Amino acid sequence: MSDSLDEALLRGLVPGVLGVLVRRGADFAAAEDAVQEALVEAVRSWPADPPLDPRGWLVTVAWRRFLDATRSDAARRRREDVVDVEPEPGPVPDVDDSLHLYFLCAHPSLSPSSAVALTLRAVGGLTTRQIAAAYLVPEATMAQRISRAKRTVAGVRLDQPGDVGTVLRVLYLVFNEGYSGDVDLVAEAIRLTRQLAAVMDHPEVAGLLALMLLHSARRPARTAPDGSLVPLASQDRTRWDTAAIAEGVQILQTALSRDRLGEYQAQAAIAALHADARTAEETDWVQIVEWYDELVRLTGSPVVRLNRAVAVGEADGPHAGLAALAELDPSLPRYAAVSAHLHERAGQLSTAARFYAEAAVKATDLAERDHLTRQAARLNTSSGG
Amino acid sequence: MAKYLLLKHYRGAPAAVNDVRMDQWTPEEVTAHIQYMNDFAAKLEESGEYVDGQALAPDGMWVRFDGEGRPPVTDGPFAETKDLIAGYMIIDVDGPERAIELAGELSAAPGAGGKPLHEWLEVRPLYGEPPLISE
Repeated sequence: MSDSLDEALLRGLVPGVLGVLVRRGADFAAAEDAVQEALVEAVRSWPADPPLDPRGWLVTVAWRRFLDATRSDAARRRREDVVDVEPEPGPVPDVDDSLHLYFLCAHPSLSPSSAVALTLRAVGGLTTRQIAAAYLVPEATMAQRISRAKRTVAGVRLDQPGDVGTVLRVLYLVFNEGYSGDVDLVAEAIRLTRQLAAVMDHPEVAGLLALMLLHSARRPARTAPDGSLVPLASQDRTRWDTAAIAEGVQILQTALSRDRLGEYQAQAAIAALHADARTAEETDWVQIVEWYDELVRLTGSPVVRLNRAVAVGEADGPHAGLAALAELDPSLPRYAAVSAHLHERAGQLSTAARFYAEAAVKATDLAERDHLTRQAARLNTSSGG
Repeated sequence: MAKYLLLKHYRGAPAAVNDVRMDQWTPEEVTAHIQYMNDFAAKLEESGEYVDGQALAPDGMWVRFDGEGRPPVTDGPFAETKDLIAGYMIIDVDGPERAIELAGELSAAPGAGGKPLHEWLEVRPLYGEPPLISE
C-alpha cells in the first residue's frame, strides 16, 4: 500500500464497515468481497483525495459495490427485494459487529488454516495476495481457501458469540506460525488482539495481548545478523523493546487482579518473569516453575510439562530437571532438545551431544535444526571427539 | 498449517501393488491415469491446499565442482539402479494426518486394467518458520 496512507488505520475500519453491510441485509460473503473492493479503491484514491469521513466513505463505496454485484448476479430479483426494503441505517455503534466478526471467522466448523485466512481478510482487511504471500502459497490457492471458508460459515448467524477460546487460538496461530514476509503477521496479530481487547472485556483476551507484547519485545534479540537463532539465555537484553514489555506487564497485572486465571495469562506471567530479569542469571526460576504448575493444572498439556522440566532444571538443578523429564513421553516434540540441554548442564557431555544430534533430526524448522546441529558439533569438537 | 512434499518415483520406491510399466497399459488407461492426476491437482486447488507440482524428465546427470577455473564434472545419464524421482507435489495442509490422507488418495491413481496403482509415495515435511513462542 502507499506510503502516504495509514494502512493500519484503514484496516482498523474494516470490521465496522463490514458489520454495517451485513446489518443492511448483505450476506457475509458478498459483503466481505464488497469491502475488499472498497479497500482497493481507498488505497488508489485516498493519497490524492483523502476523505473527511474515512469510515463513511468506505461504507458508501462498499455498499455501492455490493449493490452492483448483487444486481449483476443471477439471483438478483430476490436479493434486490432485500436491498430495497433495507433502510439507510443511522449511526449505530459497531462494537458488536466487530466482536461477532471475530467469532464468525474463528468458527469451530473451520479448519485452523481456514480460520486464520478468513480472520486476516475479513477482520484484518488484508488482501488475498498479502495473505497468500504471508503463508507462501499461490494466490489462487488462498482465494479458494477463503471462499470455501466463507461458504462454510454462510449459515452461521452473526449474533451468537461462541467460546472466546476459539478466537484466541486463531490469533495465537497468526502470531506464532507465520512466515517473515512483507506483511508482519506478528504486528498484525497484536493489532487484531488489541482491537478485540477494546471491544471485549475478558482477562484471557488481555492475557493473550500481554503474552504477544512480551514475546514480540524480544524479537530484535532473538536472531543474530546471520539469521541464526539466539537462545533466551544468550540474548542481548538491552535490545529488548522496553516499551512493549512495560505495556505487556501492565496489561497482565490488570488482568491477573481480576482473579480469573487462564492459560494465556499464565504464559504471559512466565514471559513477564523473563522480561524482569536484567541478566539470564537473575531469572526467578522458582516462580516460573510455580507458573508452569498452574499451566499444567489449566491445560494438562504434555508440551507444558516439557517446558516445566526445563524450568525445574534451572530452579532445582539439572538432576531434578532430568527427573521431571523422565516422567514424560520421549516422543514429544523437542523432548530430545530438552534432554540434551539438561544432560549438558549435568556435565554429561557425550550424552548431551548425542541428544542434540537426535534433536536436530527431529527439528521442524531450519533455524532450530541448525542451532541444534551447532550445539552437537560444539560438544563433539570440544571433547576431542 | 504445514507444507508437505509428495514424491513420486520412477524407480527406487518399493514395488507398487499394481506394478505394470506404463508402456504396457492401454492408451485409454494412460489417459485415465493422467486425467486422475490432473483432477487431483485441481481438487487441491479448489480446497485451498495446493502449492506446487511438477513432473520431472527421467533424463538427467550428476554434476560436481572440479576446482577453481575448471568446468564442472558431469556424469550421466543416470545408471539404471539409481532412485529416480518422477515428479512432486507440494501441499499446504492442517497437519500430517491430512498429508497422509491425500498421499493415499494420489496413490490410488488408476493403472493397468484401470485398477488402482497402490504405488508408494514419499511424504516429506518441509521445514516451517521457528515459532516465536517456544518456552
